[in-house]
Amino acid sequence: MSDHDYRPKSKVGQWFNDRLPLLTLANHLTDYPTPKNLNYWWTFGGILTFCLITQIVTGLTLAMHYIAHADMAFESVEHIMRDVNYGWLIRYIHANGASMFFLAVYIHIFRSLFYGSYKAPREIIWIIGIIIYLLMMAAAFMGYVLPWGQMSFWGATVITNLFSAIPLVGEGIVTWLWGGYSVDNPTLTRFFTLHYLIPFLILGLVILHIWALHVPGNNNPVGIDIKKPSKDTVPFHPYIVIKDGFALLMFMIVFAFFVFYAPNILGHADNYIEANPMVTPAHIVPEWYLLPFYAILRSVPDKLLGVVAMLSAILILAVLPWLDTSKIRSAVFRPLYKQFYWILVADVLILGYVGAMPAEGLYLLIARVATAYYFLHFLVILPVLGFKEKTLPVPLSITEPVLGGSPNLAAARNKESKIE
Amino acid sequence: MKNLFKLFSIIILIITSNSNSFAAEKVEYLKTDWSFKGLFGKFDRASLQRGYQVYTEVCASCHSMKYLSYRNLAEPGGPEFSEAQAKAIAASFEVTDGPNSDGEMFTRPGKLSDKFIMPYDNVKAAQAANGGAYPPDMSVLVKARGGGVDYIYSLLQGYEEAPSNVSLDDGVYYNKYMYGNKIRMAAPLSDGLVEYGDGTNATVEQMSKDVTTFLMWSAEPHLESRHQMGFKAIVYLIILTVLVYFSMKRIWSRVESEV
Repeated sequence: MSDHDYRPKSKVGQWFNDRLPLLTLANHLTDYPTPKNLNYWWTFGGILTFCLITQIVTGLTLAMHYIAHADMAFESVEHIMRDVNYGWLIRYIHANGASMFFLAVYIHIFRSLFYGSYKAPREIIWIIGIIIYLLMMAAAFMGYVLPWGQMSFWGATVITNLFSAIPLVGEGIVTWLWGGYSVDNPTLTRFFTLHYLIPFLILGLVILHIWALHVPGNNNPVGIDIKKPSKDTVPFHPYIVIKDGFALLMFMIVFAFFVFYAPNILGHADNYIEANPMVTPAHIVPEWYLLPFYAILRSVPDKLLGVVAMLSAILILAVLPWLDTSKIRSAVFRPLYKQFYWILVADVLILGYVGAMPAEGLYLLIARVATAYYFLHFLVILPVLGFKEKTLPVPLSITEPVLGGSPNLAAARNKESKIE
Repeated sequence: MKNLFKLFSIIILIITSNSNSFAAEKVEYLKTDWSFKGLFGKFDRASLQRGYQVYTEVCASCHSMKYLSYRNLAEPGGPEFSEAQAKAIAASFEVTDGPNSDGEMFTRPGKLSDKFIMPYDNVKAAQAANGGAYPPDMSVLVKARGGGVDYIYSLLQGYEEAPSNVSLDDGVYYNKYMYGNKIRMAAPLSDGLVEYGDGTNATVEQMSKDVTTFLMWSAEPHLESRHQMGFKAIVYLIILTVLVYFSMKRIWSRVESEV
């Protein structure tokens, strides 16, 4: 990083910067050399930051009107929807914002999987990312409980009951989580507290995530290390800022469509029925973004092993940098990995689909096969592939193919632009 | 770029088809043209007013609507009764208030600020009066049912003779759109049950449509302003996106790289 020798022009700026080098930081952020061949899949980091800020701002506003009490939560949400000025808008942005957040994070994660962004020297960025993802799931789950509808209540019951699978202490842990002998008011108030806390933890981790990113710099579609700054890079501002801005606006159009024209399509109708401990809904299903893991949970006949499988499905990602033995980062130069990558994408989508279906008959069979394949991909295919795969030749720099490399490189570049 | 759009649409398709798949229990609901659907969807004022009449003369004897106030009836985007009409409607109900300075509860005519009065004092009383079944609160009913307005509209017209292989207990009725086909509510509507002030013929179909429209409004009282604001917001975003696109092209033309 060459920006340590940065000096503000004005005397006041120098005086301030010598005491707190905020201007150096700002200069580092604007000048940050970014690979110039980043495609639109790389814009989701910025989009995710926008999602987080949106959730925090709308969430704070909702919290001013929401009442975290089992007898009043549902009513207070209706109060927000009816009587608070633009309360319906704020709540619909917040509720759909969660879905948009997950949509973006899944694209972000799968981009990383495709281009090998998790590999050395970016393992820490990746692991922080996985922790953020885990916290997001916790925040989303607890947020879904707050309206205190039927799906809130029964979702909370099902998920907290998972802890009872832990041998010996399980039941005790569940009682401790609930703050009583069933999901009730103490559960709601603590979920509200944690739901309020977690976004700020995520914010802190996002700062670490970006900090860790700025040490090695961005990966890129070609997946090679590049000299920074060089002909291969552009300064973050204005090039990446405007590109991220453009992508963000497109994302916001989709977001706005859901908020204004289909605000309830991603939720479950049962959550407009006030929680009733005496009536169990016909199907208890989590929000769409948790469905693949729900499918994995239900595909294992044993409760404890099911929970273990579900958690492993997420935690296995944390050791991915060491499971993937290939030295080549980008799937552009890994013809076999590329195929397995798309099979994995399909596998996760299938898991999501069967997660929404009743766990019986053909659906259960499909869920089991897809679960097995999910683990096979990470535990067997990836490690073996690194040794067996014949990769394509990798260019030496981003500009090289343009300046007339070998025919192989031109082919590689063609493929790359197709992905864009 | 193209792929980005493709992925977006695939994901959205999967999500929406998923959520629909629990909603429809494989019954085709009756369809009608709802004025409040679509980009510029608005409520049919007259239909909302008739719907309110059906609610208050028929449904309200068993179903509460506890999140609505009488003032809502005069608010923009709703049935838009005049304030005088809404006041008269409110005043036609007896509301329990108090305690007064003597510590006694008393009744008085309703005011605009009062919530819709409840048909029963509590859930137990409602169940006792309805053979153990609790008539659900109707404030957000259309959002609380998978099929939404189409489901409610169909259910109201879905009463028929039970097929010979289905045996019904006392106080249970057959409805082809009800989940499991058995319903505790007797067919609530019959032709000419209410007398519409505007001379509209009160067929079961007409009343079903009117009352369902009313229920849609009660569940989404800000639907009209949502649609209006949504259109403006999306047009604004599209224009801004186009402008930013050209700025981006211009800025990136300084480097020999594609965006």
